[in-house]
Amino acid sequence: MRLSQKIEEKFFKVLMIFSTYFILIILTLIIYSIFEKGIKAMSWEILVQVPKGGYYYGKGGGILNAILGSLSLAFSATVLAFVIGLPVALYINVFLIRHKKLVNFIRFLLDLIWGIPSIVYGAFGFSLMILFGLQTSLLAGILTVTLFVLPIMIRSMDEILRTVPIGLQEAAYSLGSNKSETAFKIFVRQSYSGIITAVLLSFGRAIGDAASVLFTAGYTDNLPNSLLEPVATLPLSIFFQLSSPVPEVQDRAYASALVLTIIILVVSLFSRGLGKRYHKTKINF
Amino acid sequence: MYLLNRKQRHGVNYTWMIISLLLVAFLPFFLFSGLYLKSFLLIHDYSLTELIFSNEWRPSSGKFGFYPFIVGSVWVTLLAMIISAPICLLTAIYVTQYTRKSFLRIMHPAIDILAGIPSVVYGLWGILVIVPFISRYLGPWMGVKTMGYSILAASFVLSIMIIPFILNILIEIFRAIPGELKEAALSLGATPWQTIKQVLLRKALPGIIAAFGFGLARAFGETMAVLMVVGNVVKLPKSVFDPGYTLPALIANNYGEMLSIPKYDSALMFAALLLLIVSLFFNLVMHFFIVRYNKY
Repeated sequence: MRLSQKIEEKFFKVLMIFSTYFILIILTLIIYSIFEKGIKAMSWEILVQVPKGGYYYGKGGGILNAILGSLSLAFSATVLAFVIGLPVALYINVFLIRHKKLVNFIRFLLDLIWGIPSIVYGAFGFSLMILFGLQTSLLAGILTVTLFVLPIMIRSMDEILRTVPIGLQEAAYSLGSNKSETAFKIFVRQSYSGIITAVLLSFGRAIGDAASVLFTAGYTDNLPNSLLEPVATLPLSIFFQLSSPVPEVQDRAYASALVLTIIILVVSLFSRGLGKRYHKTKINF
Repeated sequence: MYLLNRKQRHGVNYTWMIISLLLVAFLPFFLFSGLYLKSFLLIHDYSLTELIFSNEWRPSSGKFGFYPFIVGSVWVTLLAMIISAPICLLTAIYVTQYTRKSFLRIMHPAIDILAGIPSVVYGLWGILVIVPFISRYLGPWMGVKTMGYSILAASFVLSIMIIPFILNILIEIFRAIPGELKEAALSLGATPWQTIKQVLLRKALPGIIAAFGFGLARAFGETMAVLMVVGNVVKLPKSVFDPGYTLPALIANNYGEMLSIPKYDSALMFAALLLLIVSLFFNLVMHFFIVRYNKY
């Protein structure tokens, strides 16, 4: 090997190692700075109270409204997306299994929808609300976020369902079950862990997205109590508190960011753990 | 035990599936027509070239020029890609070609977490770390006075945000390349880096382009993180240290007052329509690259 080749070889290897560790270091740095700032600002008061008068000028209170609001919004949107998404994913993989071209087209369509930025969903939801004369409300937020997480939900379920071997399907038919029974009883059970992962992934997306709820869910200092009233969400509470010039309020933004980050981390940990646990119901080939 | 018999249950399930599928399949069409109808007022009154290439943005006097926002979006997106693309490519090669399988077991959760962090948290991190870094160190070091809230800050934050998307696709692509190709090159006496450069990269090129394209589309539509660090000044940026404004940030910042000024809501919906078209276009084109890649 010539010297110049040797140098080139070494140079690119070092560059590769450098960029790999750069990504890992940046990730640790982000997590570290969120935790470091957040823990300093964290207190019980923030977690269990709603904003009191003068909260945005540094007076007492907490972000319970945003925590509960975000959880209820993300939970409902995930449930709704599951109710619409699971049948679609099953339909593609059970009913359309012989129509490869059509299935590929639907997958392509879903990928296209997945790529649409969330702010577009927000704007679309807003234009619908004006059309129907609705106010910003929990309901509007749920519907918009449902549309936003639908492609994520369907595509992640689809990735699991398509690995179900055709032999299992044929065995089910030969024992006399019809197509929808095969779908809901056999396919769902076989891909249980993957479906849970898909649901948790969608939940994480739903709770973290701000741009789609900005127009549609609004913001309030009250706890969520009705579908037709505005609701506070964690990402927006971080955003609003951070744009305040008062240092105490900014500190609470860090604490809110910590809460949101912990929720997301726990959800992603759960999805990994649960995925392993439900392997028992799976038939191995 | 059941309310309905087997056949009826099958019927219910089947209808449910078809309705859901139709809803999803027509979603892009709904989105497009909804936004188009809302922005129709604006498109009807102004010519498209005027909207896109005019510099003037004064909604209160009926001037809607999107040029500064489009330029801001393009700058931020391209700069983010320039930072992110080589890092992703090098990492993907390293992870798939040089390390053992067990290293991927560290990398995958890391990528998942990076992808899961909400954009608001990225924005907050940008304000905490990137903005002061630019205003205190990078700006003075380059001899520029800057607030820190700038195109560059937005690109930095954005480049980190799109790493997981691009990296995931790239890793899939490099893993899909058959091992024999690599072995053949190595057996002919090529060094590992020569093999990568002459064989792997060439083979994976359509896939790599597609991965970058998806990342680009992702970056173009990113809202909150960019909004928080880009500075939000309606002006054509002269350098990367200047503050700018992007299309998504425009929509997100002005939703509150858009109903009080005539045609303002149409203008914002037009911005959303532009974003939708750009994202659909990019994803469409990149899809054909992926299809080509799979054909080889």
